[in-house]
Amino acid sequence: MTDTTSADFAPLHEQREVHTISRPSLSYWQDAWIRLKLNRRALVSLFIVIALLLFTLVGPWIWRIDSAFQDLDQVSQPPGTNRGALVVEDYQPWFGDRFLAGEDLRLVESGTTQAVRLQWDALDGASGHRVYRNIFPVGPERAYGIPLAELLDPETDYFEDRLDLKPGRYYYSVVAIGPRGELLDNYQTIEVSVQRVTTVTEALERGLVDDASDLQVGDQIDLIWHPLGTDYLGRDMLARLMAGARVSLFIGIGAPFLFVLFGVAYGSMAGFIGGRTDQLMMRFADFVVALPFLLFMILFKIAFGIGPGESGVFPMLVALVVLMWPATARLVRGQILQIREQGYISASQLLGAKTNYLILRHMIPNTLGVVLVTVTFAIPSAIFTEAFLSFIGMGVAPPTPSWGSMSNEGIKTMLTTPHELIFPAMFISLTVLAFNLLGDGLRDALDARMRNTE
Amino acid sequence: MWLYVIKRLLQGIVTVWFIATATFFAMHNVPGDPLLNDRAVTEAIRANLEAKYGLDQPIGTQYLIYLRNLSQGDFGISFTQENREVNDIIREHFPVSAILGILAVVFAAAGGVLFGALTALYRNRLPDYIIMFLVILGISVPSFVVAALSQLTLVTLNSAVGTTVLPVAGWGTILHMLVPAMVLGLGTMAYLTRLMRSSMLEVISSDFVRTAKSKGVPPARIFAKHQLRNAILPVITVLGPAIAAITTGGFVVELVFAIPGLGRYFVQAVQQLDYTVIMGTTVFYGAFLVFMVIVVDVLYGFIDPRVRLE
Repeated sequence: MTDTTSADFAPLHEQREVHTISRPSLSYWQDAWIRLKLNRRALVSLFIVIALLLFTLVGPWIWRIDSAFQDLDQVSQPPGTNRGALVVEDYQPWFGDRFLAGEDLRLVESGTTQAVRLQWDALDGASGHRVYRNIFPVGPERAYGIPLAELLDPETDYFEDRLDLKPGRYYYSVVAIGPRGELLDNYQTIEVSVQRVTTVTEALERGLVDDASDLQVGDQIDLIWHPLGTDYLGRDMLARLMAGARVSLFIGIGAPFLFVLFGVAYGSMAGFIGGRTDQLMMRFADFVVALPFLLFMILFKIAFGIGPGESGVFPMLVALVVLMWPATARLVRGQILQIREQGYISASQLLGAKTNYLILRHMIPNTLGVVLVTVTFAIPSAIFTEAFLSFIGMGVAPPTPSWGSMSNEGIKTMLTTPHELIFPAMFISLTVLAFNLLGDGLRDALDARMRNTE
Repeated sequence: MWLYVIKRLLQGIVTVWFIATATFFAMHNVPGDPLLNDRAVTEAIRANLEAKYGLDQPIGTQYLIYLRNLSQGDFGISFTQENREVNDIIREHFPVSAILGILAVVFAAAGGVLFGALTALYRNRLPDYIIMFLVILGISVPSFVVAALSQLTLVTLNSAVGTTVLPVAGWGTILHMLVPAMVLGLGTMAYLTRLMRSSMLEVISSDFVRTAKSKGVPPARIFAKHQLRNAILPVITVLGPAIAAITTGGFVVELVFAIPGLGRYFVQAVQQLDYTVIMGTTVFYGAFLVFMVIVVDVLYGFIDPRVRLE
């Protein structure tokens, strides 16, 4: 046996390093945030969502044009059109100018948006004349355009057009009519290019200048600026898109928030109580799932009713909540049932945890991630539903704008002024895309099961 | 297996009853009076009309009459179109919607399976990126925008060629159906592509595929017999809800392309507050969807023997 010296009984010095944690401990949410930051697509989507919220909430403070204001000088204008106008004298009535030089159909002065004045010599054998206007040349098929006037006296050989003139090119035709008002073969046509004009009074009325002395006849003035153009009623697209965003995002975020809240309450109750009550509650949820979604959206929406002057946002919200909660309820119930069987719950119970503590400390935080992902995916589907219903005219009642109803209005003039459809459609697509990608990113960041498979 | 089918059918009937009840009470809550729509009527005419439609009965009796008629397959008479039964309307317009829906489902399923498999095989390479980008677009762009854009494309195409290659709107020939069906199926196709991709990725890395490879089975055969067949199973399970989404999503496409389907008719009936037509169409659609889901589930049992054991 070896000798033991006193050195063997000297106390060991403490090894502190063994117990130190090398990295700071991360909470679940900190960990998720780090994961989300690494996902570039999700991060970009997050920025887009924030930008959209700013656009909706702060936008109207910066761009202060009323979304219901109708700028009748600029109807269905695509963005970037020339909005210069020449200031001219106030309108004076005009009764023809017999002695105007020239032959056939001719223009008196140059054509302006104030008036186009035409003078002609009576056509051969005409008992009267009919005046037409077209935006295309007449052509061999004799497409005269819209009839403006029927002048039954052959002596009347002038016409003044003041009907809804827009800057651009028009083709006027004068056609001879017979004694019984029938169209004869001979006609004359003229091409008129119309220039945008305004008057001092009009400029004052529209608020383009503050004082009449600022403006003289012959000046050039710019009309109100519409960065994204105007719609078919002359309303500013940008202001309408902002107002529409408020409706679309209110429904898109409000409805998911409410039905997820209800679903969580319903699902966790079913999961906790268990047994027959659980079965019954889930059976009922199955029934609600079986309802044909869009048909019942429409049905509930009309059942909740829209009074005169209401926008119909609230009935739509209620209908969405009534129909969409079961998916969340099922999900949360499944989660609760799963968590109840987990080891850490038993461990916590063994350590003497009370039910309240279990619920608050373990159950709710552990379902929160899944719930958040559900909300993120529910937002695009709610926005889609709103757009869809408003598009078929079953959603938000006009004049309240929403992206869906704006698309519906825009699709009618798709061929001539596509910007009225493209802008709202772009906003819907961008929002839905951003929320979908953000949802993907959140699921990857929050869902523990997904994490392990990578 | 047969027990399972019978059980599902009974459940389905109860579900249809629930749909019918929800429809009845929702419609009963709708503000407005169907008999007030037209010119003013005298009290006597009004009483007669109410008696004709059974509106003078208490609501409980009305509900029972409604259920009895439903169980005999009688949806009633249209309020706004005289002497036209709801059954006739469904018989006339539903086939149009059904054909469109079937084409869309076929298109969505075939495209989804094909593209999903492709993306999985070319994972993280160019075809994968391109298809997944299109899938994200397909999920994010609403169907009415796709419909409008495809109409625009058709107009340009037709005017460039000089004749009508494909009609822009309307109904009648197979050519009329192609583009609307594609538009209608697009969203579902994008969804199925995603599903198929993840399912295929799982199958590709499974043991039986490795075994097949190591025993020298040609790649095409592995793809067709081992990978595709197994990866397709989860796609089939969601086909039931997909059919539901496509058939009810039909109204926008029907509206934009001017197709005389039941969806468009439903929207019209809602605008005119044609109560019986609204109720009949809703219940009919609901029943159709419930049974489509059952059919898909039962088919799944035949295809995948593992389900049958449960």
